[in-house]
Amino acid sequence: MAASFSNPVVRWIDHRLPVFTFMHHELHEYPTPKNLSYWWNFGSLAGIALVIMIVSGITLAMHYTPHVDYAFDSVERIMRDVNYGWLIRYIHMNGASFFFIVVYIHIFRGLYFGSYKAPREILWMLGVVILLLMMATAFMGYVLPWGQMSFWGATVITNLFSAIPLVGEDIVIWLWGGFAVDNATLNRFFSLHFLLPFVIVGVVVLHIVALHRFGSNNPLGIDVKGPKDQIPFHPYYTIKDAFGLGVFLIFFSAFIFFAPNYLGHPDNYIPANPLVTPAHIVPEWYFLPFYAILRAVPDKLGGVLLMFGAIAVLFILPWLDRSPVRSGQFRPIFKIFFWILVIDVVALTWLGAKPAEGWYVVGTQIATVYYFAHFLVILPLLSVFETPKPLPKSISEPVLGSGGGFAAATAAPREKA
Amino acid sequence: MIARLTTTIAAVAIAAGAWSFAFSGTAKAAGPAIEYPQHDWSFSGPFGTYDRGALQRGFQVYKNICSGCHALSYVAYRNLEDLGYNEDEIKAIASEAFVTDGPNDDGEMFERPAIPADQFASPFPNEQAARAANGGAYPPDLSLIVKARPDGANYVRSLLLGYVEPPADFNLMPGMNYNAYYPGHQIAMAQPLWGDDVTYADGTEATIEQQAEDLTTFLAWASEPEMEERKRAGVMTILFLLVFTGLLYATKRKIWSDVH
Repeated sequence: MAASFSNPVVRWIDHRLPVFTFMHHELHEYPTPKNLSYWWNFGSLAGIALVIMIVSGITLAMHYTPHVDYAFDSVERIMRDVNYGWLIRYIHMNGASFFFIVVYIHIFRGLYFGSYKAPREILWMLGVVILLLMMATAFMGYVLPWGQMSFWGATVITNLFSAIPLVGEDIVIWLWGGFAVDNATLNRFFSLHFLLPFVIVGVVVLHIVALHRFGSNNPLGIDVKGPKDQIPFHPYYTIKDAFGLGVFLIFFSAFIFFAPNYLGHPDNYIPANPLVTPAHIVPEWYFLPFYAILRAVPDKLGGVLLMFGAIAVLFILPWLDRSPVRSGQFRPIFKIFFWILVIDVVALTWLGAKPAEGWYVVGTQIATVYYFAHFLVILPLLSVFETPKPLPKSISEPVLGSGGGFAAATAAPREKA
Repeated sequence: MIARLTTTIAAVAIAAGAWSFAFSGTAKAAGPAIEYPQHDWSFSGPFGTYDRGALQRGFQVYKNICSGCHALSYVAYRNLEDLGYNEDEIKAIASEAFVTDGPNDDGEMFERPAIPADQFASPFPNEQAARAANGGAYPPDLSLIVKARPDGANYVRSLLLGYVEPPADFNLMPGMNYNAYYPGHQIAMAQPLWGDDVTYADGTEATIEQQAEDLTTFLAWASEPEMEERKRAGVMTILFLLVFTGLLYATKRKIWSDVH
């Protein structure tokens, strides 16, 4: 069972504390489908992005002062006087955006290839929990520089809780620690912004435990049929992930070094002023689709419920899409609706940045209705009415099959159906 | 394989395009409706640097014209080294200003000449004093002005050159000035630059356009003093990553060559 290690010290330790066996098992020999495409790089990339955020964040926390009178100044001090402080802060600032880009691609990968289906429902739901925690962390982090958007963003978002009937107002006062967004709010947001990333690490560990129970899904969406469908994680996927990381770092660096403020808002370089409201209060781009859904409903409580509903619907997705076929490759109609959903979410992102007036409101409402219809109506109906294409017999077959890929597989019976 | 790669590249391109399109919407929505004339700056582009002559001239304009009302409190005198001044020059520049220090052994605050380690002395002790001296308007600190406005450098330059005759039907409030590029077009600040406001030490002709360009370059530096170092580091980083990622790709191909 235990792997054999040549180093005697490693052997001695491993006999008593089998961490090396554990790592060998989970990171080295861990059997992985051999047909994973580059879309599967984004899981490990998300993990690395989390590490980048924690390391840069802890360094920033060494120089940051969470006080309404000093927060803005301390950030400027980091930018101007701390050795490479500008680099650390720009890594952290842009890192948040890139973390979301990676995670959104990772989620859409899961949506297309049916990675949420049995037996990976809990894996998927843990991922949704991570997304929620990321959103809370990012929101509170954006408040810390105490610029105009920090302050007014915090005011708008915390005020959403006042929509809760009866106790709403009291909850908001409790969240603020006072009667307005002020020093108490900034302090607790700093505290929680420091804490939540480690909670995310915990849920990521659970996410990986759940992943390693049945292994990765794959582009064909069929189960592995045996060792010939699999390759060890190391060196095959370690090197593939390393290459993907290199590509990611090129894009990331381009933003850090050449357009560090492109994804931010200029107003956040104006110190927070409770007496001056910015002309447009716009959240960070990664919140825009949810912000659009929030504003789609004229009623405040309805908007808040719908916004949280947009994420809650992902929790129950494994039970909404009942089609036995996982991969969108073999679902001709699903594939079309998947891309419409992608366009719909991009449209919501765009609309979220627009002022809530004129046809933007109507457009947002249509896009919001479509978002929910995709999950609550289209997917359940497709599970019944769509005829999937025949599935290949095994992962090895279409790869090995002569006469070009899937031709041989068309005759194969559908798996599970 | 080729087909799949093409599809993947196409999908990434579409996603990237859609995303930048969605984001260009953000910038527009948050930005003003006024378009600023685009100037060709020495510091724009991935290899752009601050023109040293423009920085020194811009500092001269700031010191003689702006510093009477506008603070530059995040910049320290020692930072002027970036502009090409030596230690003695910086000491001399700093000593012209007075800062409040203390308390001394008698418990009193006292005034002393600034030293290079001090941040730029502010013209007013607090916002209320600044407002009282400026008819109720608050002249903002200029340390971050270029970063704190959309298209900041072009905005500042346009604003400095934007004092024109108001349209005949424009209702200008008393004490306000018309500016073509200020949001709402009514600005409390009177026209600051007219041309020949300073005599440049390097003999450059001090036209209004020249002064506006120099001052904006100086303020861009004040907002982003790290920019040159950042871009230099960026070029090295990207070059390294391109080579390193190329090697990783070659290694990946080699390792995967036995997988069928």
